[in-house]
Amino acid sequence: MSLLTSLARLRALDEGIAQPVATVRHCHLSARPMVFVPLRLSGEAAAPLAAMLGDDRDRPRLLVVPQPRNRDLRFAWAAELAGVLLPYVESFTADTETVERRGGDPYERALDAPQLVVPNTGGVAFTRLLGRSTRFRRADGPYPVPESVPLLGRWLTYFAERAAYPGSSLTLAATEELGRHWASGQSGLEDGNLASLVAWITEGPREEAEDPLVWPPAGPATDPGFDAEVLAPAIDSGSAERVTEALRTQLAPTWRLMWQALDLLAGLEPGASVAQRWEQDRASFSAMAESVAEGGPPQPRRDGAVAAAARLARMERAQAAYEVQRAYDDPLVMAEYRLTGEAFAGEVVETVPDNAEGEGRSRKLRPLVVIKTDDPVLLPPGTALGTPERRAQGGELVEAHEGLVTVKITKGMGRGKTAAPGTVPDVGERVCYTSLTGDFQGSPGLPDAEATPWTHGGPPQQYVPDDEDAQEEWS
Amino acid sequence: MTADPGTGSPEPGPEHSPEQVIADVLADLPRHRGVVVDSPPGAGKSTLVVRAAAHLAATGEPLMIVAQTNEQVDDLVVRICDKHPHLTVGRLSAGAYAPPPRLLELAGVRVGTRVQDLGDPDIVIATADKWAWIGDRKWPWAIVDEAYQMRSDKLLRIAGLFERALFVGDPGQLDPFSIVDGDRWSGLSWDPLQSAVSVLLRHNPDLPVHRLPVSWRLPATAAPVVSRAFYPFTGFRSGTGPDERRMELVTGGLGTPHDRALEEAARSGWALLELPERHTVRTDGEAVRAVALLAERLLQRGAVAGSEQGERPVTADRIAVGAAHRDQVAAIRAAGLPPEITVDTANRLQGREYDVTIVLHPLSGRRDATAFHLESGRLCVLASRHRHACVVVARAGIAELLDAHPSAEPVQLGVPVKFPDGWEANQAVLEHLSRHRVRADRG
Repeated sequence: MSLLTSLARLRALDEGIAQPVATVRHCHLSARPMVFVPLRLSGEAAAPLAAMLGDDRDRPRLLVVPQPRNRDLRFAWAAELAGVLLPYVESFTADTETVERRGGDPYERALDAPQLVVPNTGGVAFTRLLGRSTRFRRADGPYPVPESVPLLGRWLTYFAERAAYPGSSLTLAATEELGRHWASGQSGLEDGNLASLVAWITEGPREEAEDPLVWPPAGPATDPGFDAEVLAPAIDSGSAERVTEALRTQLAPTWRLMWQALDLLAGLEPGASVAQRWEQDRASFSAMAESVAEGGPPQPRRDGAVAAAARLARMERAQAAYEVQRAYDDPLVMAEYRLTGEAFAGEVVETVPDNAEGEGRSRKLRPLVVIKTDDPVLLPPGTALGTPERRAQGGELVEAHEGLVTVKITKGMGRGKTAAPGTVPDVGERVCYTSLTGDFQGSPGLPDAEATPWTHGGPPQQYVPDDEDAQEEWS
Repeated sequence: MTADPGTGSPEPGPEHSPEQVIADVLADLPRHRGVVVDSPPGAGKSTLVVRAAAHLAATGEPLMIVAQTNEQVDDLVVRICDKHPHLTVGRLSAGAYAPPPRLLELAGVRVGTRVQDLGDPDIVIATADKWAWIGDRKWPWAIVDEAYQMRSDKLLRIAGLFERALFVGDPGQLDPFSIVDGDRWSGLSWDPLQSAVSVLLRHNPDLPVHRLPVSWRLPATAAPVVSRAFYPFTGFRSGTGPDERRMELVTGGLGTPHDRALEEAARSGWALLELPERHTVRTDGEAVRAVALLAERLLQRGAVAGSEQGERPVTADRIAVGAAHRDQVAAIRAAGLPPEITVDTANRLQGREYDVTIVLHPLSGRRDATAFHLESGRLCVLASRHRHACVVVARAGIAELLDAHPSAEPVQLGVPVKFPDGWEANQAVLEHLSRHRVRADRG
């Protein structure tokens, strides 16, 4: 936890209400999100019990497994879920734009993409497990399942994987997103309770947030009291209606909280880089939709050696870019870096817009800016700098001495004898410079999977679907 | 204690002389596709790399060497040229790299960004990151230095470049890390976040693993402590006897806690300057000042170190200050130390050697002990950089903090258990330090 977040948490506790830790919203919010609140049978890893879902807050769909120990009923439930989720996902594939690529063929990118919103990280994990247990099923052979079930599994797997992808908004966990924008006065573990976190943000802590009779758990686990006293008798009675109504009482409060959480997030202006990250999400979604349309295989059970390294490289790049973008988009996030000496803000007190280095043909324009700052500048001379005010600009720290920092601008000031107007900040302007820059080196190539070297076990075996897949346990 | 009596004495027997180990390694090279050599701190790893390089180059077959940082590459180039001036060395680098003057003076060395620019040298050497951009050529031999600090995904990118390889490294130092969560791959034999050696050995369990048995760096006061805490099953001994390393402070002390800590360190090789218990921010001002004052007093009092290499003054460039976090390093640098003193994080002190180290304990002033702070490699690096003495600065209460935070990382299926356990290693070092404790005044 950073110093600023610790301070915000202390202040939240002191003032009895959550404190903002972001001034803008760092995730994309869909105009038509698919809110998905799944419940699991307690004691089982991936046995679905019920789910409330839908893209209309006034018309949630409630899907229930009346006897969760019955495999056939579970798959029937999965087919029902597919009946809601797949048309939603497919509704985004029709409208596309053609994107030109440098050094590549143009491709089609969806204009909008689906967004799955679950209550918490447990919801993401359950989505992943549901995907894992359904994507290798088949409509023929032993234990056949409805045709839509394996396809559902692939999409659920995709959504769960995107949840782990830094900066992606295709899958949101409500508690995580709220926690990225507000600091409550409770522990990180307690922030996993959606009712409690929403209460901290809206009106301050309420004891009833932890009362399962008022606010049932947001899933996927259910309240043990409810399990023993309500659910078990309902299931034993054999009445599907009774089970459904019992589960409705557990899901409806969370359903309202989920939309409240989305409203809270919608109250913030989106950060400047959110659209750019959503564009990547749309491209990723289109690639996945294309793979499905072309009849590609389901995602493998495990990443092979090469696939794992490739995914790690993509995720590390995305993580680094996300951290930089968040700081550039949001002065409150940048403040964290100012505290650790990786950024500084202050007023411009002097500029030399026509400063140059070298003579004749090798003369290079290097405008100088002197900034007066109260921040502790812990960057050594020569550090490459960027600035949120002028994102195309690159600079270098020349010296920092007694609150005066000299910055040399090396990029994004035009090619003239003196800096182009507006590219060098004016005296009196408030600016921020940071060693966080979005200049990332591309990562070097990886061997083809068939050329996996001996150090990593040699080429992997090809996946061939067989009847064994159907023998796997569902839970 | 987890020390298993069945694994035998951590003191290697006389049959394992360093010479014998090196001879065994060289003999194993043509017999196996890969050979691994574990080297505890200062056990002559670079000497081994240089000898193996000369040995392989003598066969007339070209050799590639992989190191992890530009400094490591430059160090190796200088050492190879020093010992074997007849060898030609090509140093591959990225475009932005400026070779240090010590490299340009060497006759047999060529620096270039492409293999074609290097002529046809006996040895081509570069960082793993640079090698990953090289393709279309296969070397019969490779030496991978600091292989335990190399992530296995880096090895995956370059393993196609060589037929056979010698992997050398220190298993007790910091594991490679990532800024993203890698749970998804834990348990896989090719987990990209594991070290190159772990992945190599999981796929090729029959490869021979040798161990260098003697630390030439660590003094007799430190080798048993470090060996017991961080290498419980594969111990090593110091190359020098108890009286072969001495450190004296030329001028008398003022009796302050800082001076007494330095005296204790000069006498026994260790000192713990204990500040009053307090929970602090990471850049604990008081601890930072204590570290800076220790360094300043050490220089003022003119320490002289005597060893098998003769007597020499402990000058600023022979002193290092280590901390866990970059902001701590920045704060210590800003406290006004002479620029010749190295101040850096554990990650960047790996592989370096100094006469005296001053360490800000990773757990000092903390409220919690996270996996990051408990990682045994972090403390191991910080506690094993010195030839003479190590002074640790810490707030009181670390033992209690450790007791309140036993390692609680989830156990993952298929992940080999890692020894030593960071929690236990921390306790072991702390217990030893408590015998060399000097309390700072209550303030």
